Amino acid sequence: MKLTKLSALVASTALCAPMAMAEDMANELTIVSWGGSYSASQKNAYHDPYTAETGVKIINDESSAEAVAKIRAMNEAGNVTWDVVDVVASDAMRLCDEGLADEIDHDEVLAAAPDGTPASEDFGNLIVSECFVPQIVYSTTFGYRTDLVGDTAPTSVCAIFDLDAYPGKRSLQKRPIDNMEWALYCDGVAKEDLYDVLSTKEGVARGLAKLDTIKDQVVWWTAGAETPQLLADGEVVMGSTFNGRLFSAIAEQDQPIGMLWDMQSFDLDGWIIPAGLSPERKARALHYLNYATDTQRLADQAKYISYGPARASSAPLVGKHAELGIDMAPHMPTDPANATNVHTYDYEWWADNRDDLDAKFQAWLAK
Amino acid sequence: MSDTTQNGSVLAADGTPLKRSLARALRRQKIRALLLIAPLLLFVMLTFIMPIGDMLFRSVENDIVSKTLPRTVVALRDWDANSGEAPGEEVFTALAADLQIAAEAKLHTRVGSRLNYETPGISSLFRKAGRKVKKWDVENDGPFKEQFLEIHKGWGDPDVWRTIQTYSPKFTNGYFLNAADLQKGADGPEWRPEDEQIYWLLFKRTMFMSMVITISCIVLAYPVAWILANLPARSANLLMILVLLPFWTSLLVRTSAWKVMLQQQGVINETLVWLGLVADDARLVMINNQFGTIVAMTHILLPFMILPMYSVMQTIQPTYLRAAKSLGATNWTAFWRVYFPQSIPGIGAGSILVFILSIGYYITPELVGGTKGVFISNRIAFHISSSLNWGLAAALGAILLAVVLVLYWAYDKIVGIDNVKLG
Amino acid sequence: MADASNHDAFVEFERVQKSYDGENLVVKDLNLSMPKGEFLTMLGPSGSGKTTCLMMLAGFETATHGDIRLGGTSINNIPPHKRGIGMVFQNYALFPHMTIAENLSFPLEVRKLGKSEREEKVMRALDMVEMGAFGGRRPAQLSGGQQQRIALARALVFEPELVLMDEPLGALDKQLREKMQFEITHLAHRLGITVVYVTHDQTEALTMSDRVAVFEDGRIQQLAPPDKLYEEPQNSFVAQFIGENNTLEGVVKEINDGVALVQLDNGDLIDAKPINVSQPGERTRVSIRPERVEFNKDRMPEGAHTLKAEVMEFIYMGDIFRTRLRVAGKDDFFVKTRNAPDQVRLTPGQEIEIGWLAEDCRALDA
Repeated sequence: MKLTKLSALVASTALCAPMAMAEDMANELTIVSWGGSYSASQKNAYHDPYTAETGVKIINDESSAEAVAKIRAMNEAGNVTWDVVDVVASDAMRLCDEGLADEIDHDEVLAAAPDGTPASEDFGNLIVSECFVPQIVYSTTFGYRTDLVGDTAPTSVCAIFDLDAYPGKRSLQKRPIDNMEWALYCDGVAKEDLYDVLSTKEGVARGLAKLDTIKDQVVWWTAGAETPQLLADGEVVMGSTFNGRLFSAIAEQDQPIGMLWDMQSFDLDGWIIPAGLSPERKARALHYLNYATDTQRLADQAKYISYGPARASSAPLVGKHAELGIDMAPHMPTDPANATNVHTYDYEWWADNRDDLDAKFQAWLAK
Repeated sequence: MSDTTQNGSVLAADGTPLKRSLARALRRQKIRALLLIAPLLLFVMLTFIMPIGDMLFRSVENDIVSKTLPRTVVALRDWDANSGEAPGEEVFTALAADLQIAAEAKLHTRVGSRLNYETPGISSLFRKAGRKVKKWDVENDGPFKEQFLEIHKGWGDPDVWRTIQTYSPKFTNGYFLNAADLQKGADGPEWRPEDEQIYWLLFKRTMFMSMVITISCIVLAYPVAWILANLPARSANLLMILVLLPFWTSLLVRTSAWKVMLQQQGVINETLVWLGLVADDARLVMINNQFGTIVAMTHILLPFMILPMYSVMQTIQPTYLRAAKSLGATNWTAFWRVYFPQSIPGIGAGSILVFILSIGYYITPELVGGTKGVFISNRIAFHISSSLNWGLAAALGAILLAVVLVLYWAYDKIVGIDNVKLG
Repeated sequence: MADASNHDAFVEFERVQKSYDGENLVVKDLNLSMPKGEFLTMLGPSGSGKTTCLMMLAGFETATHGDIRLGGTSINNIPPHKRGIGMVFQNYALFPHMTIAENLSFPLEVRKLGKSEREEKVMRALDMVEMGAFGGRRPAQLSGGQQQRIALARALVFEPELVLMDEPLGALDKQLREKMQFEITHLAHRLGITVVYVTHDQTEALTMSDRVAVFEDGRIQQLAPPDKLYEEPQNSFVAQFIGENNTLEGVVKEINDGVALVQLDNGDLIDAKPINVSQPGERTRVSIRPERVEFNKDRMPEGAHTLKAEVMEFIYMGDIFRTRLRVAGKDDFFVKTRNAPDQVRLTPGQEIEIGWLAEDCRALDA
């Protein structure tokens, strides 16, 4: 877009003349992440040691929630001010498709495992996009109020759809992803057939029909903090959210909340490098990535937050929580005890069908 | 004194025609005035006019297909979309050539994303094909149709090709059709399947909710503004601070406060249950629905109604009411026939402000709107920040802009825009 | 002071007091009674309580104490809209969102008159103020004088027996004001209405009124017809406030035959009529109107005491001459003379003798 480029150029030169100085500051990296305890864990595990070792100052920008749109806007304006951005895997794919993130040669850029396994193998199939460096495995799963579910605590994800056994409200994320799979699974579709069924009109209708049975009882959330709050207030009996949020509600705040790991939906969060950086800046960004995603660093992050490291080689190194002293391994979504029945999220399928299904899902919601 | 020449034109003191010397004097003034406002004008152009123009342009722009796949678009021209079969080898050859160039420039996935908005699945067709095509020798490796079908059987789907053909022109009305729940059918626009229709509903709902919010604001703000306007200055200033107080609190905090108030285990429900007015198992549902949205947004937008009302009411002298009473009007008649009509410009200004602000709101509806309190702006925000379908977002925004302009025009016709005062 | 228990009284204030803050009285023990058809002006400086009195009469303020009666019945508890009193406001208070005709029609509508009757009365009222052609206009399209007439017409259109006017001419220029003064008095007399008129302009009060009540400090200082007010002020405030006055201060030496001999502070002796002084030794302020001072020896009253004076300044004002003199050590003593063919024009520096009739010089409170 010529218009935008021109206007942004004029605006940026006029309003942000001091920004030009930022180019000269070779000793700075702007790293974008989600904020809160997640950013804190990154600061402790990556940023602080990196600064200590290299002297590079790290500026933390908590804009990951709007990162996709902002990167596109910066890219069109020809003025990318971010160096490394933390996004979820599906956003990384989208940015990669749109040419807004640079492709990365994982074996060349990233450190090999201590035993010499190349990075691409160490990360394995978690590298879902050429532009994406996985960092953590998190899961979207359920928590329930231990004091509100009666004598039989739920053990299956289908408790969500069982209003007789577990009356009361439940909270679900306001998007089709995961919810549609859970609905079909609880409607009797086999796990391996989920995406085949969902690819048909009838399958979508079937999923929505299943969700329809609890629609009145659902509080839809958009921010990860909502479900823990709703559970704490007793507004809902059970609800989905990211496992790390539930961990802090249970372990750090002592809320009467139980974890329901059944059919937890694994998802990935990791780094991308926005397209359009100068070669020097890109080199610095890659240097940081190499440091921050090595086996030890990834394992270190798990001291501060209950998300699983994305490298296979990091798992044995996961230790105790830095402050609470709890053994972190059993709180990882990847722990064998928690991962008996997991739902594997199909990135490719959702990249194709996300917009379409979202329109249908929103139309259903609005009715 | 000026002199008059024979032909009747008036001359200035130096003999030039008066008209010309006046024009010169005025022109100098105009240029000076223009120079003075030039920075502002530039600022408005850059930050307001150009983005709006850019948005309108985006809502119809579609040159990515013909730019990235020039050969394919040409080759596809003769293909009959209703044939029920995928096009022949020459189109695939053209596609192979186009894709190889595009994949080098990493543009193939962009076209894929663009077309995926119209037909789900295309995005991965292009992503997968791009990886393979890079390694082909376009001159000698043909024929390509089979090879493409090997990469993904989707390349044989006539619907995919129909989409490419339909969206090959440089400009498209597709975004606007989509924004109105329509799609391109075989014979012109047709309704989308019912399970995908959402925008009409959201437009109507946004208008309706905004009107309800505006009316609630009028009803609540009027007495407040009246009290403010009729208090002695010192107490009025104090009250004004209370009115403006919400502005000093973050929007999220205010909205969350309403959650605490209105939720089922919230303050109001707890109080009602404690008083015995509501049974414990029949708590009122006041949040995550339209009611919650209206309450929270009315609260947030109330100052925008109070301020113009207050400034207009301040100018209404109390003698008007006294005059009306001395003429025999009761308190009510004096208010209704004399005070109220004079306060209408404030109501008008406040209503326009509140209405326009509320149709563009999305944070509060997102947080407390549940499923029935969602506004059209929530979808716009979604397409801007999540789906990256900026063309559709632009079309929705353009429609919203048009609706606002139409309403503004209607307001001018019915009430008269002169009847709007901010003080 | 008027007799408060007058049986013909139409408007009566009896021992009325008003306080806003509970500490200070803005109206102190007001007694006033006026017959039907009278044009009474309340005159006084701002803050003297005159407007408060008007507002109490109109019903917009309540009396803290005392009784206000209209036509013999107490109106203390009657709300303003039921009092049936017409009122003209300082800024006219014409309703800006209504046309002139609608403004005039308003009091008739709230009285539920029929449409044709309303139109007829509105037309008649507009004609009365010679504004018949302006019914369709809005107040903002009229000049100040025109708005004034409309305000008057609106206050009269419902035929009230009492009309209150609160400085109605204050916003007009001098010429227009004089014209309107004339028109208002004529209209009032023609219609036989009772008018209470508030102003701080003494000329207006003198030219328009049947009687003037001079307000100061929450009290009526004097209530009298204009000529008596001017010529026989009851105290030095009224003397100072109404018209121009020369004041000299001194002590009463003796009072004989209705003439007081006053010794001024510089020792000079003058004759004066005792008003607020009763015995020798009292301090007094004597007041003499500039036009009653004589310096022509031929016309000097016989046997009168005279004072020496020095001409300081001669001011030519067209119809009259004003001459400033230094008298008894003060140089703000004025003499006014008519610009007549035989009139002497004094020149600065000239030494003259001045004198006056004892009854023109009033010995008032100090």
